[in-house]
Amino acid sequence: MSTTTLSPISRLRWAFSDVMTVAQRNLLAVFRVPSALVFVIIQPVMFVLLFRYVFGGAIKAPGSSYVNFLIPGILVQTTVFGAVGTAIGLAEDLQRGLIERFRALPMARMAVLAGRTISDLARNVLILVVITLVGFGVGFRPGGGVVAYVQASILMLLFSFCLSWGFAFIGLAAPNSETAQAMTFPLIFPITFASSIFVPVATMPGWLQVFARNQPVSQAAEAVRGLMLGTPHGNSSWITLGWALLAIATLGPLATRRYRRAA
Amino acid sequence: MTQFAIQARDIVRTFRDGGVKALDGVSLNVPTGEVFGLLGPNGSGKTTMVRILSTILAPDSGSATVDGKDVVTQADAVRRSIGLAGQYATVDENLTGFENLRMVGRLNHLTKPVASERAHELLAQFGLSDAGARPAKTYSGGMRRRLDLAAALVAKPPVLFLDEPTTGLDPQSRQDLWVIIEDLVSTGVTVLLTTQYLEEADRLAKQLVVLDQGRIIAEGTPASLKAQLGTTVVAVTFTSSAEANQHVGLIRDLTTNEPNIDGSIVELTVNSGPAVAAEVIRRLDTAGVTVAGLALREPSLDDVFLNLTGHKAEVAAEPVADAPAKRKGRS
Repeated sequence: MSTTTLSPISRLRWAFSDVMTVAQRNLLAVFRVPSALVFVIIQPVMFVLLFRYVFGGAIKAPGSSYVNFLIPGILVQTTVFGAVGTAIGLAEDLQRGLIERFRALPMARMAVLAGRTISDLARNVLILVVITLVGFGVGFRPGGGVVAYVQASILMLLFSFCLSWGFAFIGLAAPNSETAQAMTFPLIFPITFASSIFVPVATMPGWLQVFARNQPVSQAAEAVRGLMLGTPHGNSSWITLGWALLAIATLGPLATRRYRRAA
Repeated sequence: MTQFAIQARDIVRTFRDGGVKALDGVSLNVPTGEVFGLLGPNGSGKTTMVRILSTILAPDSGSATVDGKDVVTQADAVRRSIGLAGQYATVDENLTGFENLRMVGRLNHLTKPVASERAHELLAQFGLSDAGARPAKTYSGGMRRRLDLAAALVAKPPVLFLDEPTTGLDPQSRQDLWVIIEDLVSTGVTVLLTTQYLEEADRLAKQLVVLDQGRIIAEGTPASLKAQLGTTVVAVTFTSSAEANQHVGLIRDLTTNEPNIDGSIVELTVNSGPAVAAEVIRRLDTAGVTVAGLALREPSLDDVFLNLTGHKAEVAAEPVADAPAKRKGRS
């Protein structure tokens, strides 16, 4: 309905450019703000060291060594924690009036949300590389082969990307970034700790096992671990893929709708 | 092109929480190539009007065009014709001055080389070249506003919205910004300026409207508004409020408006300040009334408000639904 001289092709090209511009801006912030970098890099490394050397000795992993059990789990846990950054980042942009400024620019409407989730994806790639390297340093020896490792990585990134859209919704619904943070923690603690990320689910009480075994983060951890280690992991890859697609199909539109109404 | 760069008809906007009418039938005609002032205290609806005209917010009813394009049905085209800067100086603190301008350039769909070139050009124009490589969070308030204004100009828009551009700035930074705005207007840009300062509107705007609680309560040139009000305020301080009330009758006829009594102070808005002041002293001296003080001053926005609405500007200052950066009153 708007009288625009742009062809659909160049509109699409500019929409892509807008998304990349916003994503680039978000990534710059990650590297400029020391606390953000700590959150992204230092914290996951601390988790690796903590569970490898402090708690690990007390945890009996099925099959191979605990470090092989742990690293794929940490990868999934870190990307789930990372999604909190999506919520906080958007809440901050909204609070500071940056989204308001974006709204008065002739840019693609979806670029703010898409740019945010894309920059989080890029951040997760960085985390994946760092944890893999640190993991190898502390004795991680996956036996699944390179192709399976890449498959596992892609599955994990896809899962976290879809999760970002859900957290984007929280970020837009929160009145400020502090609240956004407070809103996400009660959500991410049960799904990361009551899961198969750090410990085998079989060691949990029966009632908790029902939740821990079937919730999406556990499925993702099972799939990533199974692929990386080359061990059987049932249908967990497909279930993870299903959860991811379900998340983006429901939370994506929800976040988009919230964005239209926000600011 | 068109005679009016901005036209608005009966804009109404109600905010959901509490049903406060932020705008209650506001119409504007902003001539192309001029500074048009939107004057009013906090909560009068100035910012809401700017948000509607800059397509950030949709009106409940009424219509508006900017640069000939409808703000609702042709929002994207409007966005290509406008620049927006304001008191919240929404620059990205983590980016450098250069990066901020380049980002806005890219989002205005300039190519990479053009966006970079334009960013350097604007940094130079606004005296920010030396600070261009520093993150914006290290900038002073004045530098931040200049960067914000520069960002609004990246795409060389014909229409500029400046929402309280100097609120909270020190006098020198304010002066600097005024000069910049005057330079801009000399290049043919149309500016819609909102301000709480009569002085600012007086200096920059050719025409202005005064908003109060979402309605236009006066319009005209700054000179006509001031003439209507009187050019000088003569403030007579009596020894007590009882004295003030008792003796105000002696000087009441010196102003065409009703004198304003505030405690022991009686204020008269007049056109010939010194002559009236001399007459006040003569009359009170003759009557044997002791005067504690006498002062002459320029009328302020408060005086305009008092004169137009019968209430002080601060009384109307309900910060409802008029705060863009805050999340209150959004919809």
